[in-house]
Amino acid sequence: MSIENHTDKQEFNITVYTENHIGLLTRIAIIFSRRKINVECLNTSPSEIEGIHRFNIVITETAEVVRKIAGQIEKQVGVLKAYYNTNQDVIWQEMALYKVPTDVIAERAIVERLLRENGARAVVIRKDYTVFETTGQREETDNLIKVLEPYGLIEFVRSARIAIIKDSEGFHRKLQEFEESEPHDEVVENEFLSSREKVFTM
Amino acid sequence: MLTKEKQAPALPKEAKTISGAEALILALLEEKVDTIFGYPGGAIMPVYDALYDYTDKLNHVLVRHEQGGIHAGQGYARSSGKVGVVFATSGPGATNLVTGLADAQIDSTPLVCITGQVFAHLLGTDAFQETDILNITTPITKWNYQITDASEIPDVLAKAFYIARSGRPGPVLIDITKNAQQQKFEFTGYQPCRHIRSYKPKPSVRQEYIVQAAELINGAKKPFILWGQGVILGSAEREFKAFVEKSGIPAAWTIMGAGALATDHPQNVGMLGMHGNYGPNVLTNECDVLIAIGMRFDDRVTGRLDKYARQAKVVHLDIDPTEIGKNVPATVPVWGDCKETLPLLTALIEAKEHSEWLGQFRKYNKEEVEVVIQEELFPTSEEMTMGEVIQQLNDLTAGNAIVVTDVGQHQMVACRYAKLNHTRSNITSGGLGTMGFALPAAIGAKFGTPDRTVVAVIGDGGFQMNLQEMGTIMQTGVDVKILILNNQFLGMVRQWQELFLERRYSFVDITSPDFVKVASGYGISGRSVSKREELQEALQQMLSHQGSFLLEVMVTKENNVFPMVPQGCSVSEIRLK
Repeated sequence: MSIENHTDKQEFNITVYTENHIGLLTRIAIIFSRRKINVECLNTSPSEIEGIHRFNIVITETAEVVRKIAGQIEKQVGVLKAYYNTNQDVIWQEMALYKVPTDVIAERAIVERLLRENGARAVVIRKDYTVFETTGQREETDNLIKVLEPYGLIEFVRSARIAIIKDSEGFHRKLQEFEESEPHDEVVENEFLSSREKVFTM
Repeated sequence: MLTKEKQAPALPKEAKTISGAEALILALLEEKVDTIFGYPGGAIMPVYDALYDYTDKLNHVLVRHEQGGIHAGQGYARSSGKVGVVFATSGPGATNLVTGLADAQIDSTPLVCITGQVFAHLLGTDAFQETDILNITTPITKWNYQITDASEIPDVLAKAFYIARSGRPGPVLIDITKNAQQQKFEFTGYQPCRHIRSYKPKPSVRQEYIVQAAELINGAKKPFILWGQGVILGSAEREFKAFVEKSGIPAAWTIMGAGALATDHPQNVGMLGMHGNYGPNVLTNECDVLIAIGMRFDDRVTGRLDKYARQAKVVHLDIDPTEIGKNVPATVPVWGDCKETLPLLTALIEAKEHSEWLGQFRKYNKEEVEVVIQEELFPTSEEMTMGEVIQQLNDLTAGNAIVVTDVGQHQMVACRYAKLNHTRSNITSGGLGTMGFALPAAIGAKFGTPDRTVVAVIGDGGFQMNLQEMGTIMQTGVDVKILILNNQFLGMVRQWQELFLERRYSFVDITSPDFVKVASGYGISGRSVSKREELQEALQQMLSHQGSFLLEVMVTKENNVFPMVPQGCSVSEIRLK
């Protein structure tokens, strides 16, 4: 679980719980751009708690840089908590849509097998085109591109990543702590001296 | 609509219908604001109209440029410890605040800036004097918010003041559309904000880290304290002094921390960093435990980071957890407000005297005096030095004045040599290095602390960047002593060109107007001296003059500030010449 080599860059999933306020997206995004860090994907969505938004951000960086970035994010007014995790610590998925010409695909492909093998389904079937959808990790969604390319892939789009933290208990308990006006001991973990939690937190 | 995070008990006030602009003024009064620095304009006119009825309760200082206004707000906040309040209109008024916001953000100065904005229905249409000030200022504000409905004003203002002053302070900008200023609404009273669920001003203190820090300090042979502005911002000067005195540990300051412990305190060993003192820089790389208090290991302090205090165990006290381990890894991170953590630590440390270790600082100091300080403060050359002017000023003020400095050579000299007996006596643009800061900041500092003498030490270059604020002095009659150290160069850049760029003096030769005549045009008395015999008497004249006074001192043209840690070098490679 611990990240031994601080110089090695790898994918990190940054999960941020925030208020649903205008301007927070910019405030968070510029923390990356100021340091010339490319955001590979970013998803904002509701969370398990009404009124609390959840960002999922993927960057490729060293653990040291990600720790500092998460701290800067968490410091912003409107941000409740920022977690960061490696791909091993999260369950993650992306969704992709593929548009192909219906006549070609009907004529030349064994559609049913193709869909089954790639865990895909047809969302729309029209006379002129068909849209397939698949959900999975990057190699799975990439794979279907390769399969469909020979049939004249017209359009492709992939969603940002969404991720669930394996060891997270959700945010309900934390939120209660934040709503108490007196600071709670558990709110700030000390990463230098506490034994590390299973989930990295700031 | 912003929801109130924590409902305080409702005030037993009756609702009344007022405009958003008036609600803003009432909010300022509730927050005990006494002074506003501002400049009117189209989009903030309703606020100024509301202010017209409250001039008996609120002192509005009409500045000559919004940048002057925000620097005055900073000076006010830094001298008084209160939140500085600034008004500006939309568009150019708002963008003129940008430098001051960046300055306040990096130097953690509490400000609430109110900007007017075009009508809400015109947002995004490139309306006259419309600018997207929220997105422009997002990276340089602690928080910002746009109000488009008057009913939001009380709660948002309460939140703004709370955020600006709590935790690690910083600037907040509130942009109010003109319709929200004009709109009438049911005002049910003002409730100060004390809690926001998504904002944690300071981490909780944990006793186990205090214990570990005390163990490290008690076991140290050569411990060394570095302190910064955090001590001042936390109003922890007394707690800090108690810690320093019980521990017997030598203590050095960053430029932002100057004055938190009197400059002549026997354990105050001097200034850190690029133009700091010899001993504190060299011995940073010899100490065994480094105790950093309310400071952020800026690159001007650390020099080359991979050769900075590698031998030392580091105890870092800071209210902002992201500062700990940002530049220098901490062995023991003591998160929290140093007003709370210092007494806990003082209780656990052993009373000691590190006289031999302090002696090492004295030895380096002796060498620095011989090679640098003696000639700077008591020159044998014909021409005057900046150092001797500060030295003479010290003699006359006895170290009781507030010294506001601009940026450049004179800043380094003033900060190195100014005698400071009291906290909140050194006001300078530390992090951003904003030329043009000193004159308006000094004006603000005087409004913040009317009982203190305020001396603005400024270079000939920096003075020309905001000299229009002499108009503010003229109109308000505020008493600011302006001391221009004129070396007829942009001296710090010239020094680097001399030392590192083979004296290729590229655009550092700057011509100045007759400053005394310019001041006279503003009704400010002045004098220029170029002979040593006149210096003391001229300084005395400046200090005892009723009202503002401008004194220009012609100093030697090509003097360099030493010691110096050249860029890219370790602190122990500091040069004495």
